Amino acid sequence: MSAGRTVIVVGGGLGGLWATLTIAEAGHRVLLFSLFEVMRSHSVCAQGGINAVLDAKGQHDSVEQHIVDTIKGGSYLANQPPIKSLCEGAPGLIRTFERLGVTFSRTPEGLLDQRLFGGVKKKRTCFAGASTGQQLLYGVDQQVRRLQADGRVEKHEWWEFLSLVKDADGTCRGIVAMDLRSQELQAFRADAVVLATGGLGQIYAPKTTCSTNSTGAAASRVFQQGARFANAEFFQFHPTAMLGEDKTRLMSEAARGEGGRVWVPRDPADHREPGRIPESARFYFLEDWYPAYGNTVPRDIASRAIWKVTREFGLGIGGGDRVYLDLTHLDSAFVSTRLGAILSIYRKFAGVDPLDTPMEIFPAAHYAMGGLWVDFERDERSGGVKQDSPRNHATNIAGLYACGECDYAYHGANRLGANSLLSASYSGRVAGESVAAYLQGLGAGSQDLPAEPFDREVRRQAQINARFAGAHGDQNPYRLHDALGALMTAKVGVVRDNGSLDAAIAELAELEQRFERLDLGERSGWANQSLAHARQVFDMVKLAQVMAASARARDECRGAHYKPAFDLQIPEGKYAGDPEYEAYRARWKAANTRWLKTTTAEYATDGPRIGFEDVDLSLLAPEEPRDYR
Amino acid sequence: MIRANVELRIRRQDTPGSAPYWQVFNAPVRERDNVISVLMQLRQQPVTADGQRVDPVAFEHNCMEEVCGACAMLINGLPRPSCSALIDELDHPIVLEPLPKFPVVRDLIVDRSRMSEHLQRVKAWIRIDGAWEIHERTQRQSQQAWARNYLYSRCMSCGCCMAACPQFGPDKAFVGPAPLAQVRLMNAHPTGRYDSAERLHAIMAEGGLTDCGNAQNCVRVCPKEIPLTTAIGELGRQTTLQMLKDLFGA
Ligand SMILES: Cc1cc2nc3c(=O)[nH]c(=O)nc-3n(C[C@H](O)[C@H](O)[C@H](O)COP(=O)(O)OP(=O)(O)OC[C@H]3O[C@@H](n4cnc5c(N)ncnc54)[C@H](O)[C@@H]3O)c2cc1C
Ligand code: SF4
Repeated sequence: MSAGRTVIVVGGGLGGLWATLTIAEAGHRVLLFSLFEVMRSHSVCAQGGINAVLDAKGQHDSVEQHIVDTIKGGSYLANQPPIKSLCEGAPGLIRTFERLGVTFSRTPEGLLDQRLFGGVKKKRTCFAGASTGQQLLYGVDQQVRRLQADGRVEKHEWWEFLSLVKDADGTCRGIVAMDLRSQELQAFRADAVVLATGGLGQIYAPKTTCSTNSTGAAASRVFQQGARFANAEFFQFHPTAMLGEDKTRLMSEAARGEGGRVWVPRDPADHREPGRIPESARFYFLEDWYPAYGNTVPRDIASRAIWKVTREFGLGIGGGDRVYLDLTHLDSAFVSTRLGAILSIYRKFAGVDPLDTPMEIFPAAHYAMGGLWVDFERDERSGGVKQDSPRNHATNIAGLYACGECDYAYHGANRLGANSLLSASYSGRVAGESVAAYLQGLGAGSQDLPAEPFDREVRRQAQINARFAGAHGDQNPYRLHDALGALMTAKVGVVRDNGSLDAAIAELAELEQRFERLDLGERSGWANQSLAHARQVFDMVKLAQVMAASARARDECRGAHYKPAFDLQIPEGKYAGDPEYEAYRARWKAANTRWLKTTTAEYATDGPRIGFEDVDLSLLAPEEPRDYR
Repeated sequence: MIRANVELRIRRQDTPGSAPYWQVFNAPVRERDNVISVLMQLRQQPVTADGQRVDPVAFEHNCMEEVCGACAMLINGLPRPSCSALIDELDHPIVLEPLPKFPVVRDLIVDRSRMSEHLQRVKAWIRIDGAWEIHERTQRQSQQAWARNYLYSRCMSCGCCMAACPQFGPDKAFVGPAPLAQVRLMNAHPTGRYDSAERLHAIMAEGGLTDCGNAQNCVRVCPKEIPLTTAIGELGRQTTLQMLKDLFGA
C-alpha cells in the first residue's frame, strides 16, 4: 500500500463514522469534523429500526422483494443499481453491526428479531428496542474511538465546516472550518473530502422531527461552490409526530408496525375522552381507504390521508390538526418492551401515558430524499454498482464525496421506513471504499500545493464573518429562522400548488434580502452561537430556494411531492385488467416519459438552474404504478 | 400561546477563565415548555429582569428528546437534561447552572471531553479485525441477557452521573460511573469478553473501581435509569476474580 493519505470527513453521524472507519482501515489518516461530539449526532434519534432481509420470520422474504419495495416505494425515481447493491449489502451490514456490539432485540431463540414497517408486507426491520439509531451510532462511535486511541483518526469536534478549498483544476483539496469556541478560521488540507452532514429538517422548524443541528447548511455551502443538488423537492413528512411548539417529536412508524391504529371520531363534535368513544363512532380511515396495507401504508400516503381527513373533511380531533395514534388495545407488556423509548418520550413531553390514552399526532417535516448529486458506476455483470469504483458516491466536484442523508441516492420520491439508517451506514461504507480507490489514482497530494488557494478561502470566510458580525440592522437571526420555517411549512409542504410555490420563491428572495439588515444581537468573540446560527440560516435560505424552485418545476404528483392539480387518480374500485385501470396505467406511463427524471439544480447568483436527467431503470421497468389499496 | 412569565436565574460565564456572574430573566412560557424551549425563546430577546439587553445565554441542545445527551445542566441544583425538564414540574424561580465537575466553555456549555477520554482509558469497545464482512452468522443471546445489556447501551454520556458523583472531579483520578457501566456492558458481549482482563486491569489501576465511595448519587440522577450501582457491584466481583487469576496465574 502506498503511504497513507489524509482524508477529511465532515460529519459524525452514521454516514460519516462508517466512512471514517472504512478509510482509516484502508490505511489513511482521517480528520473527522463535527459541530459537537460525534456521538450526539442526529442519528441517535432514529427509533424504529434498520431494514435487512434475513427471512427468519416464516414469511418467505427475499432480497429481490426488498429491492422492488424500495424502487416502488420511491416511485421509480431512484437509480436502480445502487438500490440493488444496498439491499444485497444489508444483511452483511447488520452482522457487522452485531460484531461491533450493537444490542439488537432478540427472538426467544436468541436470534435477531424483526418487526413490520410501512410500505412492505414482510417483517424486515431489525431493531434495538426503540432506540435503534442510538445503538447503531454508538457501535461505530466506539470503533472510531478505538482508532482515535491508535492515532489513526483525529477528531475535530466543535468545528464547523464552512467551505471547500479547490485547486486550479477545480479539484477539492481541503476545507475551511471555524472553531466554534475560539471562532478561529483555519484551512485544512486533504486529498479527498467526504461530506456526511445529514438532513435539513430545520428548514421547516419548529414543525420537524429533526434535531436542531439538521440544517442542511453544509450541503448548501458546497452547492454554492458548484456541487449539484438533486431531487430537492422530495421531502418526507412523517405522518406521526407529536404536537409541540419547540419541536414535533417523532412517534416511530414502529408504533403502527407493532399494531398501532390511526383514527378520528366520526363526529368532530364528539368531545368524549377517546377511551369512551365506541368502535362504531371511530373512523379508522387508513384501514378503510387502504385495506391491503392498512395502518402500514408508506409515509407519504399516510401523511396525505391525515391531511385529507383533517383539512378537507374537517374531522381532526376537536376540529384541529390532530388525529389519534392508538396503542391502548395492545398488550402493554409487549408494547413496553418493543416501544419503551418512544413511550417514555410521549409520557415526558405530553404528560400522558400512551398505554392508557391514545396519542395525538400530526404530520411533520422529517427526511430529505433529495440531496447532493452523487455518481455510481454500474456493474454490467451483476446489475448493481461496481465495487471499489472511485465514481460511487462522488459528487461532480473531483475529490468531494457525499454520503448519508445529505446525498440524494436510494430513496427516489419517498423513503421507506427503516431504509435510511441502512442507506446512511451503507453509503458511508461505500463512500469510504470509493475514496480509497480514488486515492490510489491520485498524483501529487494536497500537502504539495501552494498556500495561496487555502489562504484566499480563509480570507473570504473571514470577510463573511465580519459582514455578519458587523451588520447594524434590525433582523434577529433566530427570528429569520422562524420566518423560514413558517414559510416553508405553509407553502412548500405536504400539499403544493404553483401559486403558493411562486409566492414562496418570492418570499425566500425577500428573506435573503433581510440578511442585509441583520442584527446579530451578540457581541462575544468567544463561542458566539448567534454568528454560527445566522450563517447557517442564510445557507438554509439558499437551499430552501432550491427546494421551492425544484418543486415549482415538477408539475406532477410523485411520492412525497404532491400537487393535486396534476394528480392522476387511481379509478376507485378498479384493478389491473379493468379498462378504467388500464387507461389510468397508460396515462401514468405517458406522464413518466416526461417526469420520471432526476431533478438537478446548479447554483447561479440569480437563483438555481433546474434541469432533468434520466434515471437508471435497468432492473425494473416502470410498469406498475404504486398502489397500496 | 404565551401563558405566563417565569423567573430564570442563570449563572453565566463569558470564557473558560473568566469569573462567573448571575443574571435574572423573566421569560415567557408556553404550554408544556421545557428549559431548552424557554432558552430558545429567550435568545431572540435577551433582556434581563432589570431591563438590560445582554448577549444571549449560550447553551447546548440537539435532539430535544433526551437521547443525544447534549443539554445536561444543573437545574435547581440537580444535574439533568434540560430538554425534558418541563417548566410546570419545576420549583420557581428556576436556577440554571452549568453541569459541575466539567470545565465551563461559556455560560451553560461545558467541556465533557473527559468522558470520551475515560471511555478510551477503559477500552469501551469491541476489538474487531475490521468493519468488513466476515460472512458469519450472528451469535445467539437470550432475551434475558439482552434486556440486561440493553439497559447499559442506552447511556448517552450526558455526564449527569459524573456531575453528581462526589468522587469524580477535575482534580480526581476516578474514572466515574458511566465509563464503568460501559465496562460491564463490553465484558458481557460474546467477543468483547475476550478483552475483559484488560478492561478490568484498567479499572483496577489508580482512579478505578475502588475510588467509588458508594454514595449512590449516580443511579439517582441518571435520566435513563441505568442501574449504575448494579454494574459497579458486578464489576467488584469481576475484579476480585481477576485479582485471584492474576495471583495464581489461572
Ligand atoms: C426522529 C427521527 C427518527 C428516525 N428514525 C429512523 C428509523 O427508525 N430508521 C431509519 O432508517 N431512519 C430513521 N430516521 C432517519 C435517519 O435517522 C437519518 O436519515 C440518518 O441518521 C442520517 O444520518 P447521517 O449520518 O446522514 O447524518 P446525522 O446523523 O444527522 O449526522 C450529521 C453530522 O454532520 C455534522 N455536521 C453537520 N453540519 C456540519 C458542519 N457544517 N460542520 C461540521 N459538521 C457538521 C454533525 O455534527 C453530525 O455529526 C429518523 C429520522 C428522524 C428525524
Ligand atoms: S449513565 Fe446515565 S447519567 Fe451517566 S452519562 Fe450515562 S445516561 Fe448520563
